Amino acid sequence: MRKIIDNVIEAVIFMCGILSIVFVVLIFGFLFKEGFSFFKDFGIIKFITGQFWYPTSDTASFGILPLIIGSVLVTVGACIIAVPIGIMSALYISEIVPKGVRDVLKSLVELMAAIPSIVIGFVGMVTLVPFVRTLFDIPTGLTAFSGSIMLAFMAMPTIVTISEDAIRSVPWQYKEGALALGATEWQTMRRIVLKAAMPGIIAAIMLGIGRVIGETMAVMMITGNSARIPHSIFEPVRTMTAVIASEMGETVSGGIHYRALFAIALVLFIVTFIVNFIADLFLGKNKNK
Amino acid sequence: MSKIEIKKFNLYYADFHALKNININIEEKRITAMIGPSGCGKSTLLRSINRINDTIENVYTSGEINVSGENIYGDEIDVDALRRNVGMVFQRPNPFPISIYENVAFGLKVNRIALNKNIIDETVERSLKAVLLWNDIKDKLRKSALNLTLEQQQRLCIARLIAVAPHVILLDEPCSSLDPVATQKIEELVIQLKDRYTIVVVTHNMQQAARISHNTAFMFLGELIEFDKTEKIFTNPSKRETGDYVSGRFG
Repeated sequence: MRKIIDNVIEAVIFMCGILSIVFVVLIFGFLFKEGFSFFKDFGIIKFITGQFWYPTSDTASFGILPLIIGSVLVTVGACIIAVPIGIMSALYISEIVPKGVRDVLKSLVELMAAIPSIVIGFVGMVTLVPFVRTLFDIPTGLTAFSGSIMLAFMAMPTIVTISEDAIRSVPWQYKEGALALGATEWQTMRRIVLKAAMPGIIAAIMLGIGRVIGETMAVMMITGNSARIPHSIFEPVRTMTAVIASEMGETVSGGIHYRALFAIALVLFIVTFIVNFIADLFLGKNKNK
Repeated sequence: MSKIEIKKFNLYYADFHALKNININIEEKRITAMIGPSGCGKSTLLRSINRINDTIENVYTSGEINVSGENIYGDEIDVDALRRNVGMVFQRPNPFPISIYENVAFGLKVNRIALNKNIIDETVERSLKAVLLWNDIKDKLRKSALNLTLEQQQRLCIARLIAVAPHVILLDEPCSSLDPVATQKIEELVIQLKDRYTIVVVTHNMQQAARISHNTAFMFLGELIEFDKTEKIFTNPSKRETGDYVSGRFG
């Protein structure tokens, strides 16, 4: 009897484990099927390098270059803001702050990750957007720049918590050795601790980027949603995710516009997959040491 | 002449009285050993001489430790400069996870001793030669220091110190993670270094203290029980506890 229960439980656990993999494969297969049929009709090169996204004109054009540039601009901007601040706060939390304060700070940062993106978008829209508009004296505050700032907020918790884990797992002996050679605290952090924690920090950055690329609601509300190639970060942009979210409702199931959105999703999926894969590589490297 | 004078030194970990009124004068360019059972405070005392204990929370001290005539617990002291002059080798070899070359160059760079590449190159070579490591590794200076054997790593840690030209070298059970052959080699190295540096070594290995040191301090329960010439400690100690410990009756 006990043997049977054992076998049943084992089978159930196996099913649960395999399910998540099955889902990923199914999603990928689905995206691939719809996207591929779109590529056959429209052409993949024209899709990726096309400068005009006019999905509903009489002669529809599905060029996602402006969307790619929009996503890249917002993501890079968010990274430029979030990475230095994130790493510095991770250093502060793990190395400088007294133990009691550290736990409070870390929980607060982790709590930040739980804020729904629509809330971040909403807060950004009513506070940051008008501020950016008056500060830079531009026609609208709904710009890639504003999007970057809000997304930086969303990437930061991931970057801080994972880098902090990496920094804290640097063996104490390294720090002691460096201090014993006459290095100052900051020299020790910069030359030894950060270097030793680097694989973990890169993984943290990658996971943060992954979150930013896939983010939809906040960017849709803040970046202005204009699918044109921007000339600076102070212009409105539209990201790949925002296009899918805002246009999916208007499409005819199975139509070319519908499939074009799937093709965008496929591109996004591949990009986030690569980013997460890189993160995994570095996290694995960290563990082997 | 004494290089290090410890006067009425007390140390507390929070409310645990770990070192009780220690008075000891350590001679220049000699090897001084500190022995005693685990938890007797010998490592704590050693770690007080370069103030690396400061990195632990809730450590309080009273009394003085004078190195080259200057009280290192005084208000004026520059702790980073102190640690450069009073180097330390730890129980487990702790080379940094960077290249062998960078390990030795680290101290030169952080202390701004040498910034010119040729001088750094020369110092790295000279330091690695001083610990008899140069011939084994001169072709893999750019490889990670973590690939070396434990004995080589410990040599590297000593080379890293020699590069910044300290006056004093503190060794905290430097052979406790090494096999007997490697231990013997490190001991030979330490003996070679005594002409140029004041060396203090903490060891739980009494034979090691007998083999390499001139003077030996015996500590027990946070107190310095006896401090004398090594031969005297091992052959004719004045205190009963010392005799019991060196003859293996406890500890």
